[in-house]
Amino acid sequence: MLAAGLGIAAVVCAVLAIRASRLLSAALWLAVVSALVSIILYELGARQVAVIELSVGAGLVTVLFVFAISIAGDDGLGEASVLPRWLAVGAVGVLLVLLVGMALPVAETDAAAGEFSIEATLWDQRALDVLVQIVLIFTGVLCLLGLLAETRLPAQTPAQPVAANVGRTEIPPVDQVPDEPVEAPELEPVLEEASL
Amino acid sequence: MNTLEIVLISAFALAGTGVYGLLITRNLIKVVVALQIMIKGAVLALVMAGAASDQLALGQSLALTVIVADTVVAVIGLAFAIQVKRVRGTLDLRDLSELRG
Repeated sequence: MLAAGLGIAAVVCAVLAIRASRLLSAALWLAVVSALVSIILYELGARQVAVIELSVGAGLVTVLFVFAISIAGDDGLGEASVLPRWLAVGAVGVLLVLLVGMALPVAETDAAAGEFSIEATLWDQRALDVLVQIVLIFTGVLCLLGLLAETRLPAQTPAQPVAANVGRTEIPPVDQVPDEPVEAPELEPVLEEASL
Repeated sequence: MNTLEIVLISAFALAGTGVYGLLITRNLIKVVVALQIMIKGAVLALVMAGAASDQLALGQSLALTVIVADTVVAVIGLAFAIQVKRVRGTLDLRDLSELRG
């Protein structure tokens, strides 16, 4: 019954995170979902993953969300949705019916009686996964540095918004264009050298 | 209904909630929140599958890979949202339609 209570609480917190009008509330409800999921994982016997989920999901990701919300603002953009709600609810209902129909029933087993430890499995059987994780982490760091780098846009006049210049060729401002015509280089010495 | 079935139904409900959030939300940061919820359901289902097949260590290692990928996706998504807010001044998905044909 503990798993049922934790599962229901996690789903309720997830719904509250989706329906929250403020982004900060959504991030905090997401952190609660992570904590509840990590408790469920611990109850299943997956202690290592539970600790990682708690530290990464409820800790690091929440800090990242708060950091992003502090920069981008806490505007939830209201209640209007991309799709009609009845269509979204219908699609999710069909998805859940299909998933439950395919997966259930599940036989109860002794979960803690695995023959391999996670260390042996990770390093011996799933070494490629570890390599992929390392590559993913470096990719994430590089993408983060590239995306968060300060972009230097050219000087704008007040009537020229920043968004209008995105993706266009940079044109120098009018006051930097020289008024006098540029003189062409003299070609006579070059022609004389060529004739010699 | 045993514990594993309860956990599996919880995982499906979390994944469904995430899909619902992805379908209805307009805010870029909330899209990342919905993705996180959906992937937490996937992590739960992976560990449950490992427990149901007496291969809990394998399920844990796969879940660990998913957690790392999920965190990287969150980091890139949030950085992208910050850049979009800086350049376009909004996080609304409906305003990001310059490439619409």
